Amino acid sequence: MNTTVADDILHIPRKQTLTVPDTAQEAFDKLTHTVGTPTVADPKMQTSDVNVFYGEKQAIFDVNLDIGHKEVIAMIGPSGCGKSTFLRCLNRMNDTIPTCRVTGNMSLDGEDLYGADLDPVLLRARVGMVFQKPNPFAKSIYDNVAYGPRIHGLSSNRAELDDIVVDSLKKAGLYDEVKDRLDAPGTSLSGGQQQRLCIARSIAVSPEVILMDEPCSALDPIATARIEELIDELRQNYAIAIVTHSMQQAARVSQRTAYFHLGKLVEVNSTNAVFTNPQHELTENYITGRFG
Amino acid sequence: MDKLHLDQHISHQFNKELEDIRNKVLTMGGLVEQQVTNGLTALLEADNDLATEVVQRDVEVNKLEVEIDEHCTQVLARRQPAASDLRLIVTVIKVITDLERIGDEAEKLGRFSRDLIELKDDLPSYRKELRHLGELVKSMLRDSLDAFARLDVDAALAIAQRDEDVNREYETLERLLSTHLVEDPRQVSKLFKITWCARALERVGDHSVNICEYVVYLVKGRDIRHISFDQIRSEFIK
Repeated sequence: MNTTVADDILHIPRKQTLTVPDTAQEAFDKLTHTVGTPTVADPKMQTSDVNVFYGEKQAIFDVNLDIGHKEVIAMIGPSGCGKSTFLRCLNRMNDTIPTCRVTGNMSLDGEDLYGADLDPVLLRARVGMVFQKPNPFAKSIYDNVAYGPRIHGLSSNRAELDDIVVDSLKKAGLYDEVKDRLDAPGTSLSGGQQQRLCIARSIAVSPEVILMDEPCSALDPIATARIEELIDELRQNYAIAIVTHSMQQAARVSQRTAYFHLGKLVEVNSTNAVFTNPQHELTENYITGRFG
Repeated sequence: MDKLHLDQHISHQFNKELEDIRNKVLTMGGLVEQQVTNGLTALLEADNDLATEVVQRDVEVNKLEVEIDEHCTQVLARRQPAASDLRLIVTVIKVITDLERIGDEAEKLGRFSRDLIELKDDLPSYRKELRHLGELVKSMLRDSLDAFARLDVDAALAIAQRDEDVNREYETLERLLSTHLVEDPRQVSKLFKITWCARALERVGDHSVNICEYVVYLVKGRDIRHISFDQIRSEFIK
């Protein structure tokens, strides 16, 4: 039945639909532009026309996406959709992969991430990363957190370093649990505590952006809830981009959600909009668990 | 037409759960429609048996509401639905509340019919108006359920506008009854019963409008409650 009248009255854009049956290639070709609002008024990081290749294989196609100040943006999508690849470009983690080639523009506060005069080590201090599996160094809890400030020379004496360590552990919500055993090995902590230790470690170098690649996938629900609470607190001071396979987690922690599919950015919108009324059929299919 | 594609989840069990809920709502809608029809017939034809049946069958409507509510809660808890699935569950929870209330209005028609039969009233001067009002709201209810079943937003918006006719009809009847009351205050008891019947019918129209609004939300994700049609037109047409 025709819904033109209602569409006109309600001024609702028609959902982009894929005619069935489509071959994977046809479906892919039809993803010509991103639905929603990839830009924000107050961007911390900006990316445009980003393409990423692993050797001959292209993993990311023409992605444009801003990450705003003091916001959590969730990146969701099926395995292999390029969300982690994109996240890793944001602090040049892909530089370590010899076959990886990145084109397009990416900037932090207007500064080109891939500019010749930019030191990737310093960039990674400004754009920190938390990984899927907690990976504390085989050092004490204290030294795990102090590691970054030491190599970046952020403190001039032991007292200052102590302050940074305590402050970072407090911000990561871990201090009360470990304050009596800062000399114990980081690996002696539980999984959830280790992940919070890793977050403390990234906070210790005063980053501006924190990237999280499935930070809770190895944690139980209680540890997950703690990390999510922490993400919400960290948002007051940092921009956060989180890749997650848990749609509920994306819905819980983020203000904006970006849906990736086959290396393309299909839809970006406020999380409320994406989870109640997604504009693209592929987004709808993914978040409702339909065949895509 | 936008479809919900309820049968396309990777989980077959989830497909079945949503389809079951939807079917139960349509069953409940059918029952409520029948109750309104019977309530109106009992009133117009002074059919005491039918009136009693309507009053008694209201428990079936209530039972269905509780049952569907429970199913929806389970789906929310176990599936954490999103997007159109979430809108379907939210819509169903709201639609069945309105259906249950329509059921209550039908039950009132049954009760007042019996009272009027006891008062030996044959509604000579109001039968025509009540029938007309009744037919208007019956068709609104039927069509709103149809719009829900077909996810037809155009129809839903058109049906919602018909409530103005119902209100006009109700006001006319109310004026007529007031005049009659002034002329012959001894009839107060009977006239009040008739007013309540008219009021019950008018409320069926209001609840049908609500169902239509939920259909728009379900299909389009737009909440149009408390917005007049003129407003919808002026706000949304650029």
